[in-house]
Amino acid sequence: MSLEISDVAKTFGRFPALNGVSLFAEDGEFLALLGPSGSGKTTLLRVIAGLDVPDSGAVRFHGEDLLAKPVRQRRIGFVFQHYALFRHMTAAQNIAFGMRSRVKAERPSGAEIKKRVAELLDLVQLDGLGGRYPAQLSGGQRQRVALARALAIEPKILLLDEPFGALDAKVRRELRRWLRDLHERTGLTTIFVTHDQEEALDLADRVAVLKDGALEQVGTPEELYHEPASAFVFDFLGDTVTFPCSVKGGVAVIAGAGVPIIGPHAHEGDAIAYARPDQLDIAAAEALGLPVVVRNVILAGPDARLDCVLESGEALDVRLPHDVAAKVSPRDHLKVLPRAVRVWAQQR
Amino acid sequence: MTAKLEKSPARRDPPWLVVTLIMVTLAYMSLVLFLPLVTVFIEALRKGVDAYLAALHEPDALAAIRLTLMVAGLAVLLNTVFGLAAAWAVAKFDFWGKSALLTLIDLPFSISPVISGLVYVLLYGANGWFGPWLDEHNIQIIFTFTGITLATTLVTLPFVARELIPLMQEQGSDEEAAAATLGAGMWRTFFMVTLPNVKWALMYGVLLCTARAMGEFGAVAVVSGHIRGETATMPLYVEILYNEYSFSAAFAIASLLALFALVTLAVKTLLEVQFADELSAQRWR
Repeated sequence: MSLEISDVAKTFGRFPALNGVSLFAEDGEFLALLGPSGSGKTTLLRVIAGLDVPDSGAVRFHGEDLLAKPVRQRRIGFVFQHYALFRHMTAAQNIAFGMRSRVKAERPSGAEIKKRVAELLDLVQLDGLGGRYPAQLSGGQRQRVALARALAIEPKILLLDEPFGALDAKVRRELRRWLRDLHERTGLTTIFVTHDQEEALDLADRVAVLKDGALEQVGTPEELYHEPASAFVFDFLGDTVTFPCSVKGGVAVIAGAGVPIIGPHAHEGDAIAYARPDQLDIAAAEALGLPVVVRNVILAGPDARLDCVLESGEALDVRLPHDVAAKVSPRDHLKVLPRAVRVWAQQR
Repeated sequence: MTAKLEKSPARRDPPWLVVTLIMVTLAYMSLVLFLPLVTVFIEALRKGVDAYLAALHEPDALAAIRLTLMVAGLAVLLNTVFGLAAAWAVAKFDFWGKSALLTLIDLPFSISPVISGLVYVLLYGANGWFGPWLDEHNIQIIFTFTGITLATTLVTLPFVARELIPLMQEQGSDEEAAAATLGAGMWRTFFMVTLPNVKWALMYGVLLCTARAMGEFGAVAVVSGHIRGETATMPLYVEILYNEYSFSAAFAIASLLALFALVTLAVKTLLEVQFADELSAQRWR
């Protein structure tokens, strides 16, 4: 184990930000901290960097106590959500700042710093832009300057706080692929914080899901997606539809029809059934299932979508292959039934 | 022009109103501001340039100028250091009593300078709280350079801090945190990151503080004792000369003070232009 976080707790005033979180990261691992706002993910990142001091718990790196060291001695690269570039310095000066901050004995010569800055600008694909000020760079470029600046101190761990949060969707996807590629090349232990499940599942080797300052589940993207430990994780990782059901003899009974259950289901009786919109089947109005009225048929995108209304008046989104959906028209009365569901006792 | 104004219904004011408003403003400013300012220079030069220069070359006048510059310099230095420290504390840290501190910084703006001077007399004067103790140790504060500087410092305390606090609060502490993760120590962070980010606001605050410190009358009048050539600052010296009916000499010194103020104003305006450019360039988040 390379980075080991054990039982870390942190309270801001009366608000508990972290409630005894234990987590580890292997050398060279790409780990995502995923959670809604207020889940404590950024606080955990700041604790690792030393920008926040935990009330209790330990953070070790290869057995060495990180908490005993001040921020500036930890050699942990940190990329801030809004980059926090030094606005009165050029991109090159920003990148050189860390090397110039070293004690005289360890400080590289001017020529070495210049060479290293050029290498880093090349690494983040910003050759020729070293003389620009942050205000003269685009959001994506600033982000890469911030990354190069963090890499310049040859960090042992790289921490990224919502690295794509402030960028528009297209730049975001490009940078995501690029960051994954950069990680492959540097092999640096990297932890990033995000509230975007798609980003976490796409990029990370492992994802840690946080909720209310506690760890909900840690695992590979496949594990999380196929074996969610709780209704919260299932709900957070993708679009979700829920139905009231009752569990009898190992199947979930929804509107009189028995539906197979995936995963563990502890008890018999009333529960909530969870499914994805693409795990729903439609049938004629005479069949068993939940009665719905079709409001709109959207035949665009990879899946076709039926915008339906349940008897209760709630909206229900159904994703279908285009050929099936093409046979449906608005105002049709249909029955909807999930092919399989996961069952948890309480919603969320 | 009429057609142009009528384009916007909100600006469909009758021409007579526009003209009246402009005339009233001009007349008011001429009467209250321009005329007295011009008079200062006219009166100062009434007896000719030679008399003007002679008035400025009086040993007492030179002493007053020297004293004013020293007091202002020291007060501005103290308030700059204090202003930076206070702004840094308020903007970068959360602590108990922060809002109380913010309110207290503004206090010198709202109390009369005479009272600012008086409290020092009550504290350090012969009959003041610390008077006997100071007397025993042969330290005199009231009627000395120290007292004048203290009073001036109190009156001009908010200027630098007030300029810095809003800007530093807006900038937050992310850049300082970034500097720390990059291995920079406290002083390097301060001189390389914090200070450059506020340099224009700082210079602006220092200039305002200087202008105010040189012109301070009320607080200084209470603590100085008006000793010619020793504890009379320029504003006090102007009053002394005026009371002795040496009008042109009084106006000569006054014109010099006015000139200091005008130069400060000019530099301030220049800075504002520069400051605006930098601010817009730096406001990219």
